[in-house]
Amino acid sequence: MKQRVLMKGNEAIAEAAIRAGCRFFFGYPITPQNELPEYMSRRLPEVGGTFVQAESEVSAINMVYGAAGAGARVMTSSSSPGISLKQEGISYMAGAQLPAVIVNIVRGGPGLGSIQPGQGDYFQSVKGGGHGDYRLVVLAPANLQEAVDLVTEAFDIADLYRNPVLILGDGLLGQMMEPVEFRQSTPRELPAKDWATTGLCNHNGQKNVINSLVLHAIDLEAHNIHLQEKYALIKVAEQKAELLHCDDAELVVVAYGSTARIVKTAIAQLRDQGHRVGLLRPISLWPFPEDAFAKVMPVAKDFLCVEMSAGQMVEDVKLVVNGARPVHFYGRMGGIVPTPNEIATQVLQIMGVK
Amino acid sequence: MVKVFDCPKSLTDMPTHYCPGCTHGIIHRLIAEVIDELGIADKAVGVAPVGCAVLAYNYFVCDMQEAAHGRAPAVATGIKRVVPEGVVFTYQGDGDLASIGCAEIVHAAARGELITTVFVNNGIYGMTGGQMAPTTLPGDKTSTSPYGRDTKKQGFPIRVSEMLATLDGPAYIARVSVHNVANIVKAKRAIKKAFEYQIAGKGFTLVEVLSTCPTNWGLTPKESLEKVQRDMMPYFPLGDYKDIEAGEKK
Ligand SMILES: Cc1ncc(C[n+]2csc(CCOP(=O)(O)OP(=O)(O)O)c2C)c(N)n1
Ligand code: SF4
Ligand SMILES: [Mg+2]
Repeated sequence: MKQRVLMKGNEAIAEAAIRAGCRFFFGYPITPQNELPEYMSRRLPEVGGTFVQAESEVSAINMVYGAAGAGARVMTSSSSPGISLKQEGISYMAGAQLPAVIVNIVRGGPGLGSIQPGQGDYFQSVKGGGHGDYRLVVLAPANLQEAVDLVTEAFDIADLYRNPVLILGDGLLGQMMEPVEFRQSTPRELPAKDWATTGLCNHNGQKNVINSLVLHAIDLEAHNIHLQEKYALIKVAEQKAELLHCDDAELVVVAYGSTARIVKTAIAQLRDQGHRVGLLRPISLWPFPEDAFAKVMPVAKDFLCVEMSAGQMVEDVKLVVNGARPVHFYGRMGGIVPTPNEIATQVLQIMGVK
Repeated sequence: MVKVFDCPKSLTDMPTHYCPGCTHGIIHRLIAEVIDELGIADKAVGVAPVGCAVLAYNYFVCDMQEAAHGRAPAVATGIKRVVPEGVVFTYQGDGDLASIGCAEIVHAAARGELITTVFVNNGIYGMTGGQMAPTTLPGDKTSTSPYGRDTKKQGFPIRVSEMLATLDGPAYIARVSVHNVANIVKAKRAIKKAFEYQIAGKGFTLVEVLSTCPTNWGLTPKESLEKVQRDMMPYFPLGDYKDIEAGEKK
C-alpha cells in the first residue's frame, strides 16, 4: 500500500522512527525540534511505547544509554545547544558500543545563537564532539522523503554496527512540510542483541555488562583497534551521496542538507544558460563519500563548497581533493540561507564568466 | 557440618579493590544478600557509578551497566522503562549522586522511577584522592579544603535523604550506617525493604549508607568507624525519612 501523507519534518522523522520499531524516546524541549518529542509523546503510548521528558539533555542521552543497553530501539532528538550537552553520553555510547539514533535539528550558533537553520555543527557531528577516538555515522537528509528513509535505515545501521547514528537536519527541514511515504529499508541481516542487560533470566544466565571503562592500556588499545576496524567497515559499506549533472560538470558544487536544495535551483538556472555545473551532495557526512569524489574528478576542474557555516565541510572536501583541484567556498552564517542567485554568482565568478 | 556463614551467591569471587577497612565492601555484601534472599539475581540489573565503586559491575552476579559520573539514575530509568519486570538498582557515591548527578537523582525520585538507589555517603571523593564532597562536614579537612571546610566559602553539606523525602515520588527513603554490627543489620533491613517496595511497584526507593574512607580521611579503620558515629551521625541522623506504608518522619 503506497500512501503519501503531507507532514512536517519533525513529525515525519518521529513517525519514521516509530515505524522502524523505535519504542522509546527520551528528550528535552528546544526549538526548532519541539514537534518531534511532542509527536512522540502523543504517538508512542498508542503503540505501547514509552516517552519520557527528561530533566535535561544530559539525562535524556543517559536514559538512551540505559535503554539501548537493555536492547531497545531508542531515539533522542535535540537542537545544537542540547546536542552539545549530549556529547558526554554519546562518547560513552560509542565506547560501550550502543546502538541508538540521535537527531540534531541544527540551529544557529555558537552559544545560544538563534533558532534559525544552520550547519555550524558539522565539525561536532563528524569529527567527534565528545571525547575519545570514536565516530558516529552521520546522515544528512535534504528533503523529507529522504529524512524518513534515512531514519528508517539509521536504526538498522545502528544495530548492525552497534554504534550511534546521528541524523543531521536543520531548522528548515524540521519545520517544512512535504509529502512523504513511509517504506521499509532494504532488509539487512541484523545480529541478535545477546549482549543486552535484560536480566540473566532472559539470556541463559550468562552475565552481560554494558561498559566503556577499560583500565589497562593494552586492553583499551585493543578495544580502540576493534572500534577502528568497525569504522573501516562502515567507511567501505555506508557511503551515500547524490550526483546531479556531474557527468560533464567542470564545476562541481558540494553541499549537503537544506543548502543542497538551494544549490539545485542555482544549478538549474546555470544549466539553462549552458554552464556545465553539477552537484555532489554528501548524504553520509561520516563516512564522507570519497567514492563519489573519485567519480567526478576526471571532468571537474573546480569545486565549490556551499554551507550555512563559516566553512566546515570544505575541510573534508579539501582532504579528499588533496590539492588536485582548487576548492572554493561560499557560506552564510547566523541563520541566513543563501539564495540561488548568490550561489550562481559565485559559480560564474569561479568559471570566469562575466 | 552445618555451614553458618558463606559468601552470597550474588557476589562474584573476584577480590574487591577496596582499601582495607573501607565499608564499600560491607555494603556490596548487604545488597548481594538481599538479592539472594529475594531470589531476584536473574532479573536484577545494577548500575555502577563513577567513584570507588566504579568496578562494582565486576562484583555482582547479575547484569550490570557502568554509567557516566552521576548519570546512574538516568541510565537506570532507561533500563527500567525497557525492562519493567526487572529489578533495577544504582550504587552511587556522594560526589556522584549529590554533586554532579544531583539533577538526575532528584528527577528520578520525583518521577517515582521504580528503581532502588544505594547511596554511599563517605563525605569525600574517595576515588580521585580525597577532595571535598557535597557531604563533607563543616571543618573537615580534605585535599581541596585543606584549611577545613569553611561554610562561609564552601557552603554546607547536603542532606540528601531529607531533601528527597520532601518529594512525592519516593516510596521509601532511609539513612543507615554500617559502623557496627547492630547498624549493619538495620542497614540490610532497609535495603531489603527498598528492593521489596520496588518489586511491589510502590515508587522510587533510596537507602543512604554512611560509609568510611580510612584512606582519604587519614584515619585507621577503627578510628574511621568512630568518626561515623561521633561526627557524621549528628549531622546526618539515621532513620526512615519516608515510608509510604508508615507515614513520613516528623
Ligand atoms: C565527568 C567527570 N568528572 C569527574 C570525574 C572524576 N571523578 C571520578 S570519581 C569522582 C568522585 C567520586 O566520589 P564519590 O562519588 O563520592 O565516590 P567515592 O569514590 O567516594 O566512593 C570524580 C570527581 C569523572 N570521572 N567524570
Ligand atoms: S579510597 Fe576510600 S572510599 Fe575508596 S576504596 Fe579506599 S577507603 Fe574506600
Ligand atoms: Mg564519596
